[in-house]
Amino acid sequence: MSSLTIYRRELKSYFAQPTAFAIIVIFLILSLGLTFTFGNFIRVGDASLQYSFFFWHPWLYMLLAPAIAMRLWADEQRNGTIELLGTFPVSTWSAILGKFLAAATVSLAALALTFPIVITVNYLGSPDNGAIAAGYIGSFLVCCTFIAITMLVSACTRDQVVCLIVSVAICTLMVLCSYDDFTRELAKATSTSTVEAIISFGVWNHFSSLSRGLFRLQDFVWFASFISLCLLGTSTILGAKRA
Amino acid sequence: MIEVENLSKKFGSKIAVDDLSFTVAKGEVLGFLGPNGAGKSTTMRMVTGFLPPSSGDAKICGISITAQPAEAKNKIGYLPESAPLYNDMTVIGFLNFCAEIRKLSGSAKKDAVEKAIDTCFLGSVAHQSIDTLSKGYRHRTCLAQALLHDPEVLILDEPTDGLDPNQKYEVRQLIKRLGESKAILFSTHILEEVEASCTRAVIVDRGKIVADGTPAELIARAPHGSLTELFRKVTTTDNAA
Repeated sequence: MSSLTIYRRELKSYFAQPTAFAIIVIFLILSLGLTFTFGNFIRVGDASLQYSFFFWHPWLYMLLAPAIAMRLWADEQRNGTIELLGTFPVSTWSAILGKFLAAATVSLAALALTFPIVITVNYLGSPDNGAIAAGYIGSFLVCCTFIAITMLVSACTRDQVVCLIVSVAICTLMVLCSYDDFTRELAKATSTSTVEAIISFGVWNHFSSLSRGLFRLQDFVWFASFISLCLLGTSTILGAKRA
Repeated sequence: MIEVENLSKKFGSKIAVDDLSFTVAKGEVLGFLGPNGAGKSTTMRMVTGFLPPSSGDAKICGISITAQPAEAKNKIGYLPESAPLYNDMTVIGFLNFCAEIRKLSGSAKKDAVEKAIDTCFLGSVAHQSIDTLSKGYRHRTCLAQALLHDPEVLILDEPTDGLDPNQKYEVRQLIKRLGESKAILFSTHILEEVEASCTRAVIVDRGKIVADGTPAELIARAPHGSLTELFRKVTTTDNAA
């Protein structure tokens, strides 16, 4: 109930300022632009979105998800409104959940507005729409993961710029460390177990299987546990800051 | 209504509030005085449940703020020191949000918001964005938020800070009026304010109570019959500490 009130306030705030619009527009321009240029969507002539469209999403999210979520707690701490929130009869958890879901909704709106590409690919060929749906789910989960990480960082600082830089760094690391070109090089230098440990921290493994249309329980468990861990950490940090 | 029992707060090795105990009954307006850094705001933050106390407890209408925070917070209206607000909202949007958080809905919410706007003279700015408000209006918007759910206990941290003399007078009258049916704890630096609107005053210094009584009693204790004299006598200055 109180989560819902906070969710609505946060969502309104995203759209009251140009934040949400800017992020959605930039995401649309870049994701669709990359699909038709470097993604070679037309030239490859393959009725799937895996390499031409979904491939770019983690790269975009590592910059845009922190931009969405950086203000969530940093702003409250800077303005002192965290003191209001802390004295309202709401638990920290419902505030965290409300804020997280509001940021996730903004990213969902951005993702949903890429629907013309689905229409296009259906018009040009006969793609596996189940795989496309799975790709969308995977893409959304990657974004949620990055939002959760940014939220955790946001709880640590009252400075949005610091939050943005640190979160982008962490998200970039998570994208790069499991990227094929990087892991190939890494495998030459270190042992297989080290490489596997590093890859498991990255998003590609879990995202690519989904964008191929593969529903694996382990991927969902990975995303869910990573997100809950970040939200739990946010709650711990906010609690520790007051103690 | 407010029972503060042996409340202490340590920040690292610094003791901000040291074993503080006092009570505020219904119909009482307690002025909370003290130099900067005496622990006034920290005490209020603990009583309102924002900061967890290092030891001790505060009971609001008999409900412990540490054991049942949500229930106790429902009974409190709180105006934080800097009157923080969500700048991207309008005054009425903010008050609606606060009312919803306080679990008010439908006509109860509408009535509560209208009443708070009337009480705090916010009618002319109700649909204005908060970031365009002057300091006086910001303060009163935050005060309106504290009054929305008609709480039994009001905790106001420097409610007249930054207001012009007219606004100060209005807020003092408001405190006096509300004090008849509620328990009010408010902090201030302005000693005349204590005489004007408090039924009792407490002076704290370095986290401890150094004087407690009705304004008349405190003035009687002072060397030359002024509250300022007493304040200077019982508290330490920054350079002495």
